[in-house]
Amino acid sequence: MSGQLMMEIGTKALELGVPLSAHFDLTWRCNERCIHCYLDHEDRGEVTTTEVKDILEQLAAAGTFFLILSGGEPVMRKDFFEIVEYARQLMFSVKVKTNGILIREREAARLRELAVEVVQISVYSHRAAVHDAITKVPGSLERTLNAVRFLRGQGLKVIIAGVMMRQNLGDHKEVQKLARELGVSFQLDPTITPKLDGDTSVLDLRIPDSALPELFRDGSLVGDADEFCAPAEVDASALEALPCSAGHTAVYISPYADVFPCVQFPLPTGNLRQQKFLEVWRDSPQMNEVRGIRLSDLHACSSCGNVASCSRCPGLAYMEGDMRGPSSADCDKSFARTGILSPRKRAALVQIAI
Amino acid sequence: MSYVARSKQVAARMLGEEMVIMSGRDSTLFTLSPVATAIWNAADGQTPLERIVEERVCEEFEVDRETALADAQAFVAELAEHGIVLISEQPIT
Repeated sequence: MSGQLMMEIGTKALELGVPLSAHFDLTWRCNERCIHCYLDHEDRGEVTTTEVKDILEQLAAAGTFFLILSGGEPVMRKDFFEIVEYARQLMFSVKVKTNGILIREREAARLRELAVEVVQISVYSHRAAVHDAITKVPGSLERTLNAVRFLRGQGLKVIIAGVMMRQNLGDHKEVQKLARELGVSFQLDPTITPKLDGDTSVLDLRIPDSALPELFRDGSLVGDADEFCAPAEVDASALEALPCSAGHTAVYISPYADVFPCVQFPLPTGNLRQQKFLEVWRDSPQMNEVRGIRLSDLHACSSCGNVASCSRCPGLAYMEGDMRGPSSADCDKSFARTGILSPRKRAALVQIAI
Repeated sequence: MSYVARSKQVAARMLGEEMVIMSGRDSTLFTLSPVATAIWNAADGQTPLERIVEERVCEEFEVDRETALADAQAFVAELAEHGIVLISEQPIT
């Protein structure tokens, strides 16, 4: 995919107010019980096939091009392939996020027939004991890796995504090697997010801050490490930048038809069982509030030396209590990259000293 | 006579006045100009490219037939390389 053209398309979508990318969780049910998961897996009345198709039609009419079908485990839905087929008829570029447990040769062949763009599969460790302890499903690593092989056998593009936590700290290099051997891409995320209901107990799983610098200096993960770790210049134009694409060109829809700016930003903006998508997208006061925020509006972050290069997630900040405030996980990550203390971290150090 | 059909292996969406298309074969991303979009929309595999150019390009965009046809042939050939359209001497079903 051309990076320059992708940027131009993103800029145009922003100008036109188009939700270029939509993440649609088809279910929160799951056949794994990952210890770091942020979801409640009970089915509380998820969208029907008819409702899903209607939402997809509305997204297509709104201009959505990239569609992420995820969960929970989306393949658990009996109508999963019917939904993918419908999405492809509507000409979306479809990415499926799955644990792969239910993907065998037949399912992989069907995804190929439907021209799914990419399948992302979570692998937490190359060691079955570690991976299976995280998913709480014995044999899950073997089944997941078999799914990767079936998908690759069909010529599909696959991404192995790893989430780093204390349980698998240090395993990512071997998972990366495994991905290379399987001929697939590898992505690593060191962020554990609170549960959508606000429960923060899972944050104890986060890797220690001391493990971050090594990750951010690893060129195989971040590209040019010097460039990645250099703080960007903070000038007036940088402060007028948008915090991220959530609510601007990206949107999230839950299995209960709730619309959020992003999967990590559970700010209720509307529900598609009561409203049309475009009504929520264009007119929701909450969505428009998110859209109105510029980096200069972030009371703690706007004076931080990391502001122009920080990966600050407004959703994580929202879950910490203030969508205009800092996201502590990103403060830690920025410090690990640039060595510049944020006002939040500085205040914390002063408090410790006192 | 050549016939052009849109591949079912692509993703496509109008963004403003341009069409965004991604090849299912190699993930190459294209944006099509309004003229190219008109050709893409008419590429049903049944209408000869020459007629598409006459009816959808020359008439709507006021371009001379020879130039428009040459441009259209080059354009569909490039898209065909990425599996975005199929080209045939016979109608495509």
